Amino acid sequence: MRLEIKDLHVFYGKIEAIKGISVVVNQGEIVTLIGANGAGKTTTLKTISGLRPVSSGAILFDGQDISGMSAHQRVEIGISQVPEGRGIFPGMSVLENLEIGKYFRKDRKSEMQEDLEKVYSLFPRLKERTSQSGGTLSGGEQQMLAIGRALMSRPKVLLLDEPSMGLAPMMIQNIFNIITEINKSLGTTILLVEQNAQQALQRADRAYVLETGKVVKEAKASDLLNDPAVREAYLGTGAH
Amino acid sequence: MKLTDINLRDKGAAIWEGWDRPRRTIFVIALIALVGIMPFAGNFSFTSILDTPISSYQDVLVYPIGMFVLMGLGLNIVVGKSGLLDLGYVAFFAIGAYTMAILSTRTHLNAWEILPIGMGLAMLSGVLLGLPTLRLRGDYLAIVTLGFGEIVRIVTLNISVTGGTNGIARIPNPPAIGPLKFGLMNSVNFFWLVFAMILLVIWMIRRLSVRRPGRAWEAIRQDEDVAMLMGVPTLRYKIWSFSIGAAVGGAAGVIYASKVMVIAPQMFTFNVSVLILSCIVFGGMGNMWGVVFGGVILAYLPERIRFITDARQLVYGIVLVVIMNVRPDGLLPRKKREKIKAKTGAKNV
Repeated sequence: MRLEIKDLHVFYGKIEAIKGISVVVNQGEIVTLIGANGAGKTTTLKTISGLRPVSSGAILFDGQDISGMSAHQRVEIGISQVPEGRGIFPGMSVLENLEIGKYFRKDRKSEMQEDLEKVYSLFPRLKERTSQSGGTLSGGEQQMLAIGRALMSRPKVLLLDEPSMGLAPMMIQNIFNIITEINKSLGTTILLVEQNAQQALQRADRAYVLETGKVVKEAKASDLLNDPAVREAYLGTGAH
Repeated sequence: MKLTDINLRDKGAAIWEGWDRPRRTIFVIALIALVGIMPFAGNFSFTSILDTPISSYQDVLVYPIGMFVLMGLGLNIVVGKSGLLDLGYVAFFAIGAYTMAILSTRTHLNAWEILPIGMGLAMLSGVLLGLPTLRLRGDYLAIVTLGFGEIVRIVTLNISVTGGTNGIARIPNPPAIGPLKFGLMNSVNFFWLVFAMILLVIWMIRRLSVRRPGRAWEAIRQDEDVAMLMGVPTLRYKIWSFSIGAAVGGAAGVIYASKVMVIAPQMFTFNVSVLILSCIVFGGMGNMWGVVFGGVILAYLPERIRFITDARQLVYGIVLVVIMNVRPDGLLPRKKREKIKAKTGAKNV
């Protein structure tokens, strides 16, 4: 598996939100996109998952250009996104939310039990709440459900859009631990978009820094953690 | 206890859950039998209070009541289940009615043979309308469908094959099925026919709701973007929802034309779309039984109070306003799911 974005341009009407981004995600990696509000992080993810059309450029998945594919076909070939703000179906139970994550799978019946077990072992909290409706879960539980639901489709690459948004510090730690575990134990490749640059850089292998629709820096995550310019802009120096 | 808190829907569901299979069967059969004898209630001692002044009670049961319920159920698939606001539903009704009118007066096909053709044409127009427009969302879709409803009406006004303003007259009644005749004097048989169609649609919706299409529609209604991310082919399911709704509207149109025998463009105005939508909102959007109640009440009430002539529309309006204030989600709203009963499949998880 290799996900490659080549010179991607995306427009909202006349406004160019993504101005030629190139990103590579290799098998088994955790890659993170960091940047301020409006840098184009979410738009990049939405374009990879097919919610936004590509204006120019290419998205290659295992060497095949998928930029013309519809969103549901991209789920089929192994791209799964955890949307920003979690996107739980509030009127469905936890179990129904998880089941719909498997919507397209041809052999969903035989896989269902096994994958539910897998998700429940990652998130024991969800098992206690199978029959509760998604809308009544706490923020952290909803994030767990959103990640679990995305895993139900057995993705090769998991796109995570700000999993730490609106969560308590303890819960953020918890969620990031699980993300690392998914990468290590299931071998799922992860593309992570985060505002919480500190956490994201600690967990990731490589990182891209986005600014107003362009990649301004690309490096190993550990290098960026110690990069003075990045520290200044995104991490806080601790001196103030 | 506030009026808004009364939840007949959950009470009804709780009673239903508590019953075993034979009990449910008996209840359903008894209910069908009870509705089946409704046409005779107008002449019977104490139930004669139901009789409608001025218009014939048995005719009122077919149109508007039966037709409103049938079309309400069809539109509910689109508006209530999949959350697509369709303001031009009357177009499919008109297409069904004109298919019946044109084919029956120019060919030897009878109503039963035209019924599938009318449904097919309505479905086809649903697909043709849906393919470009279902990429739109919310208000934009509502505007386009509203336009479609008007286009169909204006086309029927202006082309010769539909008879222009005069419409089409001398549409034959459907041929008899065994001892059941369908003529001017057989309103009861028409009522049973429409009732059978309603039961069929209810059965179909119940089947679809618990299966994959129902899940897909529910997901699309709650969050279309996320539904796409889950791998639901949203456009395909939206078009399915649209065309199934259209087919029900088309079927209603065919039967309606064969009963009234004369149709004209002014029967298919925007008002009808709004009235059908009102039945859904009034009864409880997304809940089949709510739609049935809403349709019955909104169709029956204006006929029942016809004797107060000019004040009729006023009373009708006041009833609508009051009910929507007291019960903003409709009479029998869709279930708000706080705690969902664990499914049998989830036990061993």
